[in-house]
Order: sequence, then structure tokens, then C-alpha cells
Amino acid sequence: MATAPVEVDRPAGDEIVRPDVPWVVIVWNDPINLMSYVTYVFQKLFGYPYQKAHELMMDVHTKGKAAVSHGPKEKAESDVARLHSHGLWATMRKDR
Amino acid sequence: MLVQPPIEPAECGGFDVHLSDGERDALRSLPDQLRAVLGTEDPVLGRLFPDAYPDDPELNEEFDQLVHDDLMEERLRRIQTFAETLDAEHLTAEELLAWMGVLNDARLILGTNLSVTEETDVWSVSDEDPQAPAYAFYGFLGWLEEYVVEVLSTGLGKEQA
Repeated sequence: MATAPVEVDRPAGDEIVRPDVPWVVIVWNDPINLMSYVTYVFQKLFGYPYQKAHELMMDVHTKGKAAVSHGPKEKAESDVARLHSHGLWATMRKDR
Repeated sequence: MLVQPPIEPAECGGFDVHLSDGERDALRSLPDQLRAVLGTEDPVLGRLFPDAYPDDPELNEEFDQLVHDDLMEERLRRIQTFAETLDAEHLTAEELLAWMGVLNDARLILGTNLSVTEETDVWSVSDEDPQAPAYAFYGFLGWLEEYVVEVLSTGLGKEQA
């Protein structure tokens, strides 16, 4: 038997889309993309120096995912599309 | 003895390709195979066109309508460039980028169909395995892509870190 849902006081405005909340682009680990390739893609698409791109790649590889870019929704969607074009498994969500 | 890498920066700019006839022949079926998969509803395409919003079907549909056709065109353009330059001894940077995209898409499709994991060692698959030729080809594509990525990375200043 399911118990009655607990009433939670939600702060007003919680459901309202706040345009100032940036979006975050996440790249997920996969067993196919080469580590060197993922590093290269982060350098090429985001202009990150090698060291930063390499660290992000290692985060993806060892932790399963990494946040690779932030920004307004349009920029995040553009980044996700460019990552998809390069075969990376990228998603986006509201930054918290 | 030094083994010549399959792709090298050329002195006059661009890149020299040192692939044997046999290696080029192995790649020759890729364009038709990729176009065939891209023209279907094969579930493997979920790997080439993942969900941008995995938890929000509505936003995901919007995103898909916004970018899917462009991404598909881009993939088909890269395949076309690859097909036209498969026998070339010399590639421009743009052509090599198309090669990289094709090699990577092919590995994503083949690797997904083979259900490879990070523990998969393509070089230790038994000859008895009916998938042995597919694993060998997957390994060959990865070998070549490593060299492509290496020469293109040099252009981005790997040493500047």
C-alpha cells in the first residue's frame, strides 16, 4: 500500500523558468570514443588548452561524466549539437 | 627500422597518406555501409544522434527538429568527401577532418553493434569467434583514427599546455 505523499512546502517561484539560470552541457563516458579523440574535440570545439581538455576527458573516463560548458540555453544547445556531430554522448540540463 | 605512420603532416602543408592498396580497399565499403545505416531507423542511430534532454521528451523533440537535419547533412558531406579522397596520396586539413568524422562514426556504429566495453581487447579475440573479422576491422579503424587525431592535435598545440 502506498503511503500518502508528504506535503512539502515549496518555495514560491520554484517552477518558474529563471532566465538567469545557466545551462550545463554534460559529456558521458562511452567505451568507443578514443581518449585522444575526446581530448581533441574539447580543444577544437571549446578552445580549451590541452591540459584542461585532457582533465575533462579524464573526468569523463574515470567519473563517468563531466560538465564541459555552461551558458544560456541557445549556446548549450549549439554545444550539444556540435558534440553530437563529433559522436560524443552529450546532454544538457539546467545548472543547479 | 622506423615504421612509417599512415598519416603525416606534409612539408608543403596538408597531410600525406601512406596506406596500402589493401588498407584502402578495406575502407572502400565504408561510405555505402554508413549511408545505408543513416537511411534507416536502426536503433544504433541513437548513438549518433543521442537525446539532448534525456528526461524531457518535449524539449528533446524540439532539439531534434532544430538540429537533426543539419547533423545528418554534415555526416553525409563527410562521407562524400571521404569517398572522393579515398585513393588520395595527399589530403587537405578539411579532407582529413572528414576522414576523422567518418572513421569515428563507423567505429560508433560497429562498436555499438559489437557491444564493445572498455574491457574489450580487439586484438585478443579468438579466430574462432564468428565476429573476429568485425573486431579486426574495428581495431583497424581505431588504429588509423589514432594517427589522424594525433596529426590534427598537433595543429591545436598539444605541447602548449
